[in-house]
Amino acid sequence: MKGSFILEGAARLLLPWLVALSLVTFYRGHHLPGGGFIGGLLAASGFALIALGAGEGAARRALRVDPVGLMTCGLTVALVAALAGLFRGGGLLAGLWLPVWSLPLIGDVHLGTPMLFDFGVYLTVAGFALQVIFSLLEDAA
Amino acid sequence: MLLWPVLLLAAAGLISPYVARSRIPVWLLAAAPAGVFAWLLSSYLRLGVGETTAESLGWFDPLGASLDFVLDGFGGLLALLISGVGTLIVIYASGYLAGHRDLGRLLLLLFFFMASMLGLVLADNVILLFVFWELTSITSYLLVGFNHEDKAARAKALQALLVTGAGGLAMLAGFILLGTTAESWRLSEIVQAGDLVRSSPVYGALTACIIIGAAAKSAQVPLHFWLPNAMAAPTPVSAFLHSATMVKAGVFLLAKLSPALDGTLLWHGSLSVLGSATLITGAVLGIVQTDLKRILAYTTLSVLGILTLLIGIGTELAIKSMVVFLLGHALYKAALFMVAGTVDHETGTRDVRRLGGLRRAMPVTAVAALLAAFSKAGFPPFFGFVGKEYVYKTGTALDQAGTAFIVVAVVGNMFLLALALKAGLHPFWSKTPLDAPGRTVHEAPWSLWGPPLALALCGLAFGLAAGLVGEALVGKAVAAIRLEPMTSSLSLWHGLSLPLVLSVVTMAGGLLIYANRRLIWPHRGRIEAVPGPSSVYETMVGNLAEVAKRKTRILQSGALTRYVAIVIAAATFLLGWKFLRFGGWPDLTIGPDIEILPAVLCVLAAGAALGATIATSRLGVLVALGIVGIAIALLFLHYSAPDLAITQILVEALTVMLLMLVVYKLPPVRREPRPGVAAAKWALAAGFGGGMTLIVLQALELQVAPSISEQLATWSYPAAHGRNVVNVILVDFRALDTFGEMIVLTIAALGVLSLLARRKRKREDAGS
Repeated sequence: MKGSFILEGAARLLLPWLVALSLVTFYRGHHLPGGGFIGGLLAASGFALIALGAGEGAARRALRVDPVGLMTCGLTVALVAALAGLFRGGGLLAGLWLPVWSLPLIGDVHLGTPMLFDFGVYLTVAGFALQVIFSLLEDAA
Repeated sequence: MLLWPVLLLAAAGLISPYVARSRIPVWLLAAAPAGVFAWLLSSYLRLGVGETTAESLGWFDPLGASLDFVLDGFGGLLALLISGVGTLIVIYASGYLAGHRDLGRLLLLLFFFMASMLGLVLADNVILLFVFWELTSITSYLLVGFNHEDKAARAKALQALLVTGAGGLAMLAGFILLGTTAESWRLSEIVQAGDLVRSSPVYGALTACIIIGAAAKSAQVPLHFWLPNAMAAPTPVSAFLHSATMVKAGVFLLAKLSPALDGTLLWHGSLSVLGSATLITGAVLGIVQTDLKRILAYTTLSVLGILTLLIGIGTELAIKSMVVFLLGHALYKAALFMVAGTVDHETGTRDVRRLGGLRRAMPVTAVAALLAAFSKAGFPPFFGFVGKEYVYKTGTALDQAGTAFIVVAVVGNMFLLALALKAGLHPFWSKTPLDAPGRTVHEAPWSLWGPPLALALCGLAFGLAAGLVGEALVGKAVAAIRLEPMTSSLSLWHGLSLPLVLSVVTMAGGLLIYANRRLIWPHRGRIEAVPGPSSVYETMVGNLAEVAKRKTRILQSGALTRYVAIVIAAATFLLGWKFLRFGGWPDLTIGPDIEILPAVLCVLAAGAALGATIATSRLGVLVALGIVGIAIALLFLHYSAPDLAITQILVEALTVMLLMLVVYKLPPVRREPRPGVAAAKWALAAGFGGGMTLIVLQALELQVAPSISEQLATWSYPAAHGRNVVNVILVDFRALDTFGEMIVLTIAALGVLSLLARRKRKREDAGS
């Protein structure tokens, strides 16, 4: 299935912005609306547009990694975040936090294992959505 | 830290496939278990009699499942066996499957098994123990079915898994009863609460459950049949799992729990009967076998029978004999299994009728076999002799049923002796002409004779230094089981006494059986054809498959509408039942303070949903459903749930994209031609929708407990450093649920992948 030239051009222009937006959405999620689930869906929609515009092969090339690999990474990241609490004696999934850093422009940065876990969610959700879209496109082709 | 050895072994497993593919010598992986062994040995030797080293890490503490570990005299002894024999097995396996393309997979599974087994003997929490218990079942399933291209091997692996897994379920039930009765999930506290357990009304049920679980794992009659069949495993696996480790897990657990459960007729009677029956069954069925590994498997059954019998007797002497016998058996049986594998590796056969005179071609292996067989046969001064002497001593010291015990033990030991010689002596020293066509037999590489020789020499050294072994190992183990120190030491020689006379009788009888071993071989087929518990298993599994097939034909018709109907009907039924149970209609009057915007959105959503049902094109349905989704997203937004609204819109957008991809492939919308079926569908839809509405309305009125949402909101920032409470719930408060959902997503994606891959293959087949 070959999509339209306009859709392809627009998708290629939008992709970096959508991915950046998805990362911002993910990052702000701990305090403001957003988070790994929404971020992952946003990132997936960027690649899905490429897939619709230029075909599933082009989207796979733009993504560079296999969606199933993305899901594996996501599960592994979440597992690491979950186990970290266990090894510090707090129990499985207990949150561990680094001290707050102050950075110019961004403000206070507070990193911890729940955010790492959320990043696992981000990767898994993005991988899932893309896997399904790519498989269906491939089947339709 | 007792968790570290377990993790170290698992890590060694993870790297082994890469090591197997690299130029690094594979046997170097044995450094991991060797390190664990050295560390455990130094900890164990520092441990005083009756002392323990315990530690715990949190896990699901409120549910009683914590990572509690303990190193005590008995668990430590088994941990030493697991890591020590494990070291030798890794070396042996690297030689046995040298150059095999799946050596990495074998080592990975072996290490995972080793880690689970180590966790099992070091666990101090019954739930944790159960987790490790099941892990050993699963890894052993994968190990027995290692040659997974062979259908028979797969069936046998499945049999082992189903029998031990079913036993495991009984065990779990027993553990839960035990934990709630003893009011503790820690084994070290449960064994102190024996009076509480024994006086409980559920004592009988929990003891029966635990005995069933242990009997399945330790292959007691009538659940014994999986063990000989598990010989489909590669020999290094049998040498490890089916001699020194996994099959001992049941015995280990029974011994460990005996202070909490013994003292009743149920315990002593059933264990004695089970043990005796297993001992005799193994001995009799073993004598007709001609395959080296099956011979050894049946003798393992006999030994497991003796061990269970001794736990059933439960006197100090009996427990002491049990420990000595267990230790001796682990040393010689693993060695003999490895020798059998070496013979198989060099000659290409394990049939004793075709083996003989190998001592000239394989002198070192022959020595290892001889030493191990003599220990197994119970000849002095080997450690096996000490074990047998103590078994007889136990019998002579018994007040009641002593004669019965001695008769069973002597008969069993006679057969064990004959089988030991048949497996360890016959292939090397008998005059049977060697029948290995197309092979020039020569000595195996060092990795194949070194490990069995090391174990067999241990068996000799332990016998010569029985006093020392008694002090350093056996005494601590007995004290850990009986919770009181052993009153006498261990020695090789007891002077001229009744046990020695019994030993001489055993030797004479055993040699007589061995000399006439050939007489029974022609009758093997007829004896094995007698239906036993394994045919019951076959019937049950066969019927189960038949029932599943019929059920599948009804439920899994392949039509999507049928699936949706089944799911919705079930949901309606369950919701309706719940609704009726909690009774009462919700307040359906519409108040005067109705808001305009939500009302409009609701009407819009309802209208669009209705539109979807009457639309005549797929595209129309798609648009209508899109309106429903967006209206709901706006509702979320109106009630200030931006996270939900964003998620809803994104999901909506992606769903539309996905449906656009397939909408042209779908057949045109078709009206249901049968009016009856159409009416039923309407009724189902109305019932489900109406039911859901009523439930939601009633849930608003029915507040059985204080609402948790406000509590979560107040905790969110101070406890979890997040101001977005929805996100905090997802990644912190209820992160375990989220993790489960991530796994579900992954499984769903793999499902899509495999379904479409199958379609693709079908199409390619049709195209070519």
